[in-house]
Amino acid sequence: MQTSTVFLVLIALTFVSFIAGRKRSHKVAMAMGEGGMSLLHSLPKHYGYMAGLWAALPALLLLVLWVGFEPRVIHKLVVEELPVAVQQLPHSELGLYYNQIVSYASGSSDADLLDQAQVSAADHYLELKSTSGVMKALLVALVAVIGGVLAVQRVTPALRARNHVESICKWILFACSFIAVLITLGIVLSVLFEALRFFQTIPLTDFLFGLQWSPQMAIRIDQVAASGSFGFVPLLVGTLLISMVAMVIAVPVGLMSAIYLSEYASRRFRAVTKPVLEILAGVPTVVYGFFAALTVAPFIRNLGESLGLTVASESALAAGIVMGIMIIPFVMSLSDDIINAVPDTMREASLGMGATMNETIRKVLIPAALPGIVGGILLAVSRAIGETMIVVMAAGLSAKLTANPLEAVTTITVQIVTLLVGDQEFDSPKTLAAFALGLVLFFVTLLLNVVALYVVRKYREQYE
Amino acid sequence: MNSIAVTAEGVGDSSAVGNREALDIHDHADVSGYETIGWPFVDDPKMSARNVNVYYGDKQAIHNVSLDIGKNEVIAMIGPSGCGKSTFLRTFNRMNDIIPGCRMEGNIHLDQEDVYHGGQDTVMLRARVGMVFQKPNPFPKSIYENVAYGARIHGLAHTKADLDEIVEKSLRRASLFEEVKDLLDQPGTGLSGGQQQRLCIARAIAVSPEVILMDEPCSALDPIATARIEELIDELKERYTIAIVTHSMQQAARVSQRTAYFHLGKLIEVGPTKQVFTMPRHELTENYITGRFG
Repeated sequence: MQTSTVFLVLIALTFVSFIAGRKRSHKVAMAMGEGGMSLLHSLPKHYGYMAGLWAALPALLLLVLWVGFEPRVIHKLVVEELPVAVQQLPHSELGLYYNQIVSYASGSSDADLLDQAQVSAADHYLELKSTSGVMKALLVALVAVIGGVLAVQRVTPALRARNHVESICKWILFACSFIAVLITLGIVLSVLFEALRFFQTIPLTDFLFGLQWSPQMAIRIDQVAASGSFGFVPLLVGTLLISMVAMVIAVPVGLMSAIYLSEYASRRFRAVTKPVLEILAGVPTVVYGFFAALTVAPFIRNLGESLGLTVASESALAAGIVMGIMIIPFVMSLSDDIINAVPDTMREASLGMGATMNETIRKVLIPAALPGIVGGILLAVSRAIGETMIVVMAAGLSAKLTANPLEAVTTITVQIVTLLVGDQEFDSPKTLAAFALGLVLFFVTLLLNVVALYVVRKYREQYE
Repeated sequence: MNSIAVTAEGVGDSSAVGNREALDIHDHADVSGYETIGWPFVDDPKMSARNVNVYYGDKQAIHNVSLDIGKNEVIAMIGPSGCGKSTFLRTFNRMNDIIPGCRMEGNIHLDQEDVYHGGQDTVMLRARVGMVFQKPNPFPKSIYENVAYGARIHGLAHTKADLDEIVEKSLRRASLFEEVKDLLDQPGTGLSGGQQQRLCIARAIAVSPEVILMDEPCSALDPIATARIEELIDELKERYTIAIVTHSMQQAARVSQRTAYFHLGKLIEVGPTKQVFTMPRHELTENYITGRFG
């Protein structure tokens, strides 16, 4: 039976339990005579919720576990029935062999590719699969019914169903937040393991301190290619350079426009300007990318040439400026909200002392809003470091170690993209390098967060 | 029915009118023709308001109020909620300027100098006319920085020693120094409500104002903290001229020399505090101070 069908049945059983629980509480109350309803500890619906949750949760857990472990168990049972010779194949070949069985069983390949053992194994597979389906449906339904019946039978006036439901809800919420943590952990681990495979071929020190990045490796012995050097310093410097240019543009413009909007602008001006600035945030980054490549980069090159400077046609400056423009609405919108949240009593206190608007903003509002502003800027930095499209189009791919924003540089994210685009073999250091880069990117952002938290805590001026 | 054309005779005529009806009179009152009874003017005014009208958009909040604040006196402004006493107080240091849509007519003088004159600078005005607000609002800075704030923005201290002296003197005058002398680098927001309000008073007097406006300074405080502030007001009047808006009639009676009673944006009666509380001349004043409404 299909999992989705089982799921629908489970929902129906939950609903039935809810009705039964509610009805039972009515009945119990009526049995106590006149005014029995007021003797119930909880409202009838709480008894219903409780019965429904008892029916749903254990059965759902069973269903999830079943679906999770089913393929593994079937794999094990099928392999045990295979000829001994096949069982002793190396792991990867056995996997291929088994995949052929499964794809034949599901009807997506022909029998003539297979040997006799495989065809019979496929039959075995299908048989196991259908048994499992029936078992799954029966067991899940059984658990749901048992849960529901148990809960309904427990309904008495003294049963604290409301508290019971509340605590179940609390645990459900806890589980959701825990899942978020688990997923984060999973992402980190999946990147970490691939990165470790990379570090088995390329020493960690070469990667962290190497000053050259050219990930091309000779695939054949006679091929003319770079020997492959994986120093990530040029990428980090490129990333930081472009992000810095972006922040130099975005932070002052964003912060100052936020101050103007929240402190000086009339209501009408604000009502028009804020949405317009927020449209900037809705422009796809690809569009920013060709704006950078076709408009800003040539403009900067021409400007530079007229000043007698050598500017690469793809420059960190162009990418950084456009990225900064992209980030302005972020910084502005967040800072604006934070500055508005500073209580008016602070403004009155300062203005009432004879401070000017300017002094009030610099000495009272900004310090009071600082934690939020730093938080907003930090979000913007993470966005800048993670941004890929603009850099691919405007800053180029050459991994040059330079602090000169007029030259072409590349960033960590761009290199991850170029390493993983197209058909790649997953055992070459070239491909695995992408994971190492991802891991480093993760740590860089983490470090930024920690630093920002420290700054916020140190300089925070808490108001009530 | 007689409008609020207020005279001593008028009071006599309608003294039998009950509370509910008295309010009705004012809801439909003719605005133009009322006169304040009592003594709104003094011989030696520090600040004087003449024919002040204040509007929030189309709504008129203050109707043709004239009142003097005498040198080194404490004048209390009382009246029911929404009667405009805070709005009127804030016209003295132009704090209403920062409220969008608020418009003011009339004249306010500080030592014969027109406060609303085109060339008048609110920075200098507010340095001379300080303000303490309803809710204690220390900056989220250290106690020292709170008091030093005004001195810094007005450039009153040239050396660190000067500034230290100003901070200590102001805290002493606000009778807070002994409690916080070892905590000067702690945040001002960590103090108790009453201490915070005294910190705000210290902050206001650190720029050596001539007048201090207090807008219900004790309404967020407990009785003990309130008593401390009231004692302080008594000491401060030696050096400063004080106008205080309060909801508490007992407070007005305890701290002020003169009392002004406001009702629905009009200044109904002004007089020596003792006289206003013992022999009010207007029925509205009488109804308010005897607790029949407010």
